[in-house]
Amino acid sequence: MTARLGVQGVTHSYGKKTALNDISFSLEKGMFCALLGPNGAGKSTLFSILTRLFVPDAGDITIDGHSLAKEPRQALARIGVVFQQPTLDLDLSVWRNLKYFAALHGLSGKDADRRIRSALERLDMAERVGEKVRALNGGHRRRMEIARALIHDPDVLLLDEPTVGLDAATRQSITRHVHRMAKEQDLTVLWATHLVDEIDDSDHLIVLHQGKVCANGRAGEVAGTSSLQSRFLEMTGAGE
Amino acid sequence: MKAALICLLAIVHREALRFVSQRGRFLAAIVRPLVWLIVFAAGFRAALGLSIQPPYQTYITYEIYIVPGLCGMIQLFSGMQSSLSLVYDREMGSMRLLLTSPIPRWWLLFSKLFASTTISIFQVYTFLAIAALTGISFSPAGYLALLPALILNGLMLGALGLLLSSTINQLENFAGVMNFVIFPMFFLSTALYPLWKMAEASTILRDICAFNPFSHGVELIRFALYGQVDWFALLWVLLAFTVFSLGSLWGYDPARGMVRRKT
Repeated sequence: MTARLGVQGVTHSYGKKTALNDISFSLEKGMFCALLGPNGAGKSTLFSILTRLFVPDAGDITIDGHSLAKEPRQALARIGVVFQQPTLDLDLSVWRNLKYFAALHGLSGKDADRRIRSALERLDMAERVGEKVRALNGGHRRRMEIARALIHDPDVLLLDEPTVGLDAATRQSITRHVHRMAKEQDLTVLWATHLVDEIDDSDHLIVLHQGKVCANGRAGEVAGTSSLQSRFLEMTGAGE
Repeated sequence: MKAALICLLAIVHREALRFVSQRGRFLAAIVRPLVWLIVFAAGFRAALGLSIQPPYQTYITYEIYIVPGLCGMIQLFSGMQSSLSLVYDREMGSMRLLLTSPIPRWWLLFSKLFASTTISIFQVYTFLAIAALTGISFSPAGYLALLPALILNGLMLGALGLLLSSTINQLENFAGVMNFVIFPMFFLSTALYPLWKMAEASTILRDICAFNPFSHGVELIRFALYGQVDWFALLWVLLAFTVFSLGSLWGYDPARGMVRRKT
């Protein structure tokens, strides 16, 4: 079976500094995978490569069997992305922002309208459609960005530390919601974070440290007998 | 093909919405050349003698001479403004959103270029309408023939802006662009004085003016206003557009260039 998201031997350096060193993993349909790593572990570099903002020095990425290097258009069309930094036009309404995004994927007219409504419903945001983004709180803005990433019905959803700057309750609600979506809608989710409380024992977990994969497996198994928090600190050398 | 068109229209629409919401920008774009036309040109009229030269068939006033240069100036500022907004977009992250679209990257960049050119053309015609009210007008055919010249000049200057945006690291560095790009490009061109007048002062200055692609953009506009084509200027503008576009494609290439740096 072809993996939904396959990362094979990805290596990348900024000058002499190696940011990613021979990273490989693959994710299947309906899998929620947490990419855990301290700041500077290489998570954002990996996201930039996964979204083809730049290409790696070595290795390849496949999405549903489409190579990002050889068939970038087919691969990108299957990815939904939520960047760490908000990328919304604050002075436009929720609707206008989503229409713009739909058009960037070549969607317009009734088809785009239907998809936007459905994506907003998936995130319980339907009633906010006419509001200006500036009027939304941080949690709603994030939900809107997740809804936006789903408009073109991607198979893989990439989220780069999507709960940064949110309060605990909003953080939990968004984390729960995306977990549910992965399970119920067969969505493959790669969720980058440095917060262990966003990870369930049943989630798949990849621990990234100094550009290398230190652990790759079910979160509960990676943690073993200790808590995930202490296991993570141990692996990244911060717990000594 | 349909997807590419939808994408182009959405980018133009977004630029237009942004332009409409920034009234100050529009006002500055119109007032700047009007000040030059009304104040500067009036002062220079007496000091500067102009001989008959193509496309003019008779003696003209300095106000008439300076109009094409001011049209070019509007497009120059607009091109740099769009470059500024691209750097801003990159810092704010919306450039990432654009670049992760499955539409080919060269088309996305061209759409941005086309959008900024459309806005600059609207500004030029508004300026010309106000200039007409002050008595400086051209024939209807001239206004019509001006359109393709403005498209080409706008694309060339927009591509230069795009190229600069791929090399400018931070928004703060944009002041440098004003000093090192806009002003030399404008003053060392045929916008304010004809080449022969420049040659009287210095042949080196004349040569720089003759090399400056902005001079050729201005000449293209000048001839178009009289329903004529300056073929040499046209070639030069097309050449500059090609060079700047290739440079921007390089700058925004995911395998190379600026976007590769760590953000």
